[in-house]
Amino acid sequence: MGRITFIEHSGTAHVVEIEAGQSLMQAAVDNGIPGIDADCGGACACGTCHVIVDEQWIDATGGINADEQGMLGLTPEITDTSRLSCQVTLSEALDGLIVRLPEFQM
Amino acid sequence: MRILSPLLEPVIQPVLNKATSIIPIHWQIKGAHAFQHVKHRIGKDRPVPVFNETPLPDVSTLALEDIDLSNPFLYRQGLWRSYFKRVRDECPVHFQKASPFGPFWSVTRYEDIMFVDTRHDLFSAEPIISIGPQPEGLEIETFIAMDPPKHDLQRQAVQGVVAPKNLAQMEALIRSRTADVLDHLPVDEPFDWVQKVSVELTSRMLATLFDFPFEQRHKLAYWSDVASGAPESTGGNANSDEFFKAAADMAQQMSSLWREKEARKAAGEDTGFDLISLLLANEDTRDMINRPMEFMGNMVLLIIGGNDTTRNSMTGGVLALNQFPEEFIKLREKPELIPNMVSEIIRWQTPLAYMRRVARQDVTLNGQTIKQGDKVVMWYASGNRDERAFEEDPDRFIIDRKNVRKHLSFGFGVHRCMGNRLAEMQLRILWEEIMKRFEHIEVLDEPEYVQSNFVRGYTRMQVKLTAQT
Repeated sequence: MGRITFIEHSGTAHVVEIEAGQSLMQAAVDNGIPGIDADCGGACACGTCHVIVDEQWIDATGGINADEQGMLGLTPEITDTSRLSCQVTLSEALDGLIVRLPEFQM
Repeated sequence: MRILSPLLEPVIQPVLNKATSIIPIHWQIKGAHAFQHVKHRIGKDRPVPVFNETPLPDVSTLALEDIDLSNPFLYRQGLWRSYFKRVRDECPVHFQKASPFGPFWSVTRYEDIMFVDTRHDLFSAEPIISIGPQPEGLEIETFIAMDPPKHDLQRQAVQGVVAPKNLAQMEALIRSRTADVLDHLPVDEPFDWVQKVSVELTSRMLATLFDFPFEQRHKLAYWSDVASGAPESTGGNANSDEFFKAAADMAQQMSSLWREKEARKAAGEDTGFDLISLLLANEDTRDMINRPMEFMGNMVLLIIGGNDTTRNSMTGGVLALNQFPEEFIKLREKPELIPNMVSEIIRWQTPLAYMRRVARQDVTLNGQTIKQGDKVVMWYASGNRDERAFEEDPDRFIIDRKNVRKHLSFGFGVHRCMGNRLAEMQLRILWEEIMKRFEHIEVLDEPEYVQSNFVRGYTRMQVKLTAQT
């Protein structure tokens, strides 16, 4: 369907193929992207799939609900464009998306 | 902490608020203690349950409704597995109407626990997370037992101290302290792993986090044991006088530590990277000492949180590797499994059995209707052994278990353990350093267990080390 780019904190980039309908977290896990722990398996309950979305793409990733905001608030590495990748659903509109990984997951 | 307030409210509440910032906290605690004595003498205090240990029956002989999962001897007597399995299979959302802690619901399956834990809109963590209440007269306010948004603000103020970024800077120090403890252990002769390793290492870590006088570090472990061991809260065996005395001691010592740091900071000194210095550096928390309930609450929470849990996982890992010796062989062959093993240890041990919530409204869960105001206990110890969530026999200890990071021991949702990364790092370093030095750790006797429905821990475990050849 399209491609997205994960950039590790060290700068290493990984380009992966995505399928519409899966979550950004699932795309990372399926492709073995280091630095996404996803302990809770996508329930928006652990905060360990934190990504920092490229500013140009933040609007395209959709809105943040209160649960996600609450979990993100617990990570000291939160930024203005932080998202939990399990809460971002991939679609054609996100073809080309670039996200960066924080140095540490919470 | 509602110190004094039962005595004085509501008449002079405004005066009390002012007074709490002027009267030293430990005096207030002593005052509250004296007041409890008076209440006790005149029979106006809340009765405290007394727990005498007797052998518990086999769960198959009990009616479902008579099963009481709050019994503080279930873990010690090795019966918890069969009790929880029966409840998980036959009545996963279970009501006990007449426990010594009053009526409560038990949630025992993984998926249901995840539901309760993540729905803070339906289930409140207030006023406290133990099955029973805090000791009367000494009700401390801690963010583990607060709901958003207040919870979020308080947690955000302190979580920096155990943020992964900061932990990376502490790794070398933790490693050298771990190495020092291990290098001084007797080899080829019996000793108590709990005291010599688990308590020692966690006390050192806490002293480091608080920049607490190193030679007095065992006080931190003692305060934590007393604070989590009140019979009315968890079925433990701490007594009330001991409880108040420990609280007063702790208040006095932590306050003076705070004042000392504050003075050094005012004099322009670099006070270092410890919890109190961080609180003093944060605009929202720099005057926390003037809010004694918040101050004590944070100190107690961080001392307990960093103590029992890691300590008992340090002991539990050794025990598990002895009960499943083929895993010890696997570990020797593949020490790179240590990080995964650490998660498996934390799952297998589940050092805190549960967290308690209160339903904010009527909620239907797995066919049962939980009424608004009912107590709901999420049994992490049961969810971590739920066959529905962990495919490979969940009672087995498997160091390369897949998906083990989904274990419930840290909780999920906004109350997820703040120190999880520190705990994992301490355990990882411990096992890395053990494997460099020792060929084997043999558990010599059945360990001795803590009396509690909350803390799943060990008071003694005799072991013998064999050095690397």
